[in-house]
Amino acid sequence: MEQPLNLVLFSGTDDKLQAAAVLTAGAAALGKPVNVFLQYWALDAFRKDRIDRDHGLAPEAGDEGRAAVDGLRAAGQASWAETLRQAKDLGEVDIQACSLSMDLLRLEESDLDDLVDGVEGVTAFYLNAGEGQVVFI
Amino acid sequence: MTLEIARTLDAKGLSCPLPIVKTAQAMKDMSSGQLLEVLATDPGSVKDFAAWSKSTGNEVVEQSQDGGVFRFVLRKK
Repeated sequence: MEQPLNLVLFSGTDDKLQAAAVLTAGAAALGKPVNVFLQYWALDAFRKDRIDRDHGLAPEAGDEGRAAVDGLRAAGQASWAETLRQAKDLGEVDIQACSLSMDLLRLEESDLDDLVDGVEGVTAFYLNAGEGQVVFI
Repeated sequence: MTLEIARTLDAKGLSCPLPIVKTAQAMKDMSSGQLLEVLATDPGSVKDFAAWSKSTGNEVVEQSQDGGVFRFVLRKK
């Protein structure tokens, strides 16, 4: 079986989540399994009451970056959440919340959007990652 | 001989990687040997469709460009 792509998402800004969603969808289109592990602020962005709100951009974006991102969105670019939904629809994409981050943010599984498939610890993440690449965003 | 297109996917205006995602999705419902025509405006699509074709075995049988619109005809593996 093909080795999965393993993405560890730490940052919770919309630009980094969008980049991660694009990598996920691309891999799914190639038939490559993807494991996504949500930590810290990325996990916070997957709260069902917050997923659709503005999560800001990385500091290096500046005003010019903000305008560029807004321009793409106005031209109809799908949000990162929508891109992830399409990726899950298409291929084998498993999104897990880090159990330590769940404790940190005082979250229950019912607080998370349906995109999240479950909660696991880092050992389970590494087990599922197999020999596949691990990318930290 | 004119190629018989089974289905056309309009992916114009979609940004990377959605043209490929929608193509892979559309191919799921097609049978082997059928042709899918895709129209896209994403500038990355020429290289992306070539890579996707190479990796998945679905062949690009025709490719052209008209202004900013790229047209691909893909044969399902």
